[in-house]
Amino acid sequence: MFKRQIPIAIAMLTGFIMVAAHFSPRLEGIGGLVESWFLVLAAMAMVLGGVNLCMHHLTLITNLKPGWAYSAITLTGFLVTLLVGLIKLGVPLSEQYPKHPWANSYEESPGAIWWLYEYIIQPSTSTMFALLSFFVASAAFRAFRAKTTEAALLLGTALIVLLGRSYAGTVLSAPLGDTYSFASLTDFVIMSVINTSGQRAIVIGIALGVAATSLRILLGMDRSYLGADE
Amino acid sequence: MFQNRTFWIAISILFVGPLLLLTLFLIPYLFFGNPFLPHATSNVFFDFSRIWTLVLVSLVCAGVLGCTLRARLGGYVYVRPIAGLKAIEDAVGRATEMGRPILFVPGIMDLNELQTVAGLSVLSSVAKEAAAYENSVHVPTSRSLVMTAAREVVQAACIDAGKPDVYQEDSIRYVTDEQFAYVAEVCGWTQREKPAACFYMGQFFAESLLLAENGNSVGAIQVAGTAESSQLPFFVAACDYTLLGEELFAASAYLSGEPQQLGSLQGQDLGKGLAVAMLLAGCLLATLMQFESLGPFPKQAHDVLTKQILGRD
Repeated sequence: MFKRQIPIAIAMLTGFIMVAAHFSPRLEGIGGLVESWFLVLAAMAMVLGGVNLCMHHLTLITNLKPGWAYSAITLTGFLVTLLVGLIKLGVPLSEQYPKHPWANSYEESPGAIWWLYEYIIQPSTSTMFALLSFFVASAAFRAFRAKTTEAALLLGTALIVLLGRSYAGTVLSAPLGDTYSFASLTDFVIMSVINTSGQRAIVIGIALGVAATSLRILLGMDRSYLGADE
Repeated sequence: MFQNRTFWIAISILFVGPLLLLTLFLIPYLFFGNPFLPHATSNVFFDFSRIWTLVLVSLVCAGVLGCTLRARLGGYVYVRPIAGLKAIEDAVGRATEMGRPILFVPGIMDLNELQTVAGLSVLSSVAKEAAAYENSVHVPTSRSLVMTAAREVVQAACIDAGKPDVYQEDSIRYVTDEQFAYVAEVCGWTQREKPAACFYMGQFFAESLLLAENGNSVGAIQVAGTAESSQLPFFVAACDYTLLGEELFAASAYLSGEPQQLGSLQGQDLGKGLAVAMLLAGCLLATLMQFESLGPFPKQAHDVLTKQILGRD
């Protein structure tokens, strides 16, 4: 019956306490306490996430849906990581507590979790991140087509910044001296004046947006994130 | 309505309950300090170094509340059209016509981030629109709490649209907390299922361009919104519509169409007016400081503005 009202009341209470804590040293540390409660909630929800992950991929595997092999790899990876982490496989003895074989952290080198992170997760992550350079090139190619006045201005500015940040720009603008070089134009005009003013306008807007949205949520005006009442 | 017992119970829980709890919790804290922190021995009730922050926050909040009240009493509220939000209906309609799914990514951060909450508010509208067309929204999440909240939001949207049967719990699922593993899964799904509409609303980091370029490569209509200013250029380059910073926070109020929520947007503009006034005053004082004949006043006033009011060293 009060599926919406109770969360709103909790949000309101917590929010106002946090605001008061910012201004009163008497409430020092209460923010940390609330964050700890959030971590406890998140840890409980993590179990829900793990169960959801297993159920979803098990369904795909049992129904032999297209791409079920990816699900099998995901599930195997999840279970193996969970298992070796829980039993602290390969973790050396703690120097501080040598008599207690389980005392050391599960991340210690050369444990199994450390190995998985170093040789599987880290390279995979780096590979995904490296793809970004290709996507930057394709996005820049589309964005810099001078079809309109704005796009032409963007292209011109981007060219100056590119030259200002590269050795070619230094060589090309050498006869003009330091004051009128591409590097100087980039640093002291485009980045410091035009870019900074634009960024600050966006940041001020964001700050005001955060304040107004927080107020709407705290006062229960905005309830769209809460779900159904029944 | 005022005869209704449930109404008064709800009002009590909403207003009187929190106030009582606040008093019960806050007063002992103020007088005896934090019992969970034995070392917190400060006797100061109020940190006066933050007085200007309180004044500015109070002014902005008063503006927002004043405009909300005015709108509730029937005052005229004009909100400029936001192209990205107007495009939601077209994007969802197009996806339904093409028989392809809709992808909604609520960022990669948890529910304690306001951008994620704002993203979920937009999800509510997208899901409602999709339910009306009997289409489903695929929502991969990188936090399990977000998954739980997104399920509630989508279910409520389907009920609101009068199509509770359209709700599919499996379409909203947890992927992983790991940033690039999440990207790999979402990009893989995008390439396999080829969604016709992609929405990216929330807090994004390096994955913004990876996701948006993948969506672009399958020819989807893309609408993005984030308050991460460093990621905005990537979304602008790769998406059809982008909600810039504050527009993401305004989206919920805009889409709800409720006068009091729209009024709060007008209150935000009063805050902008205050920011502009302070900027102009700062520029003027910084210029006047250069004229020694004007004495020490411009410098003193400039110092008050920058060091005391804005808290800059």
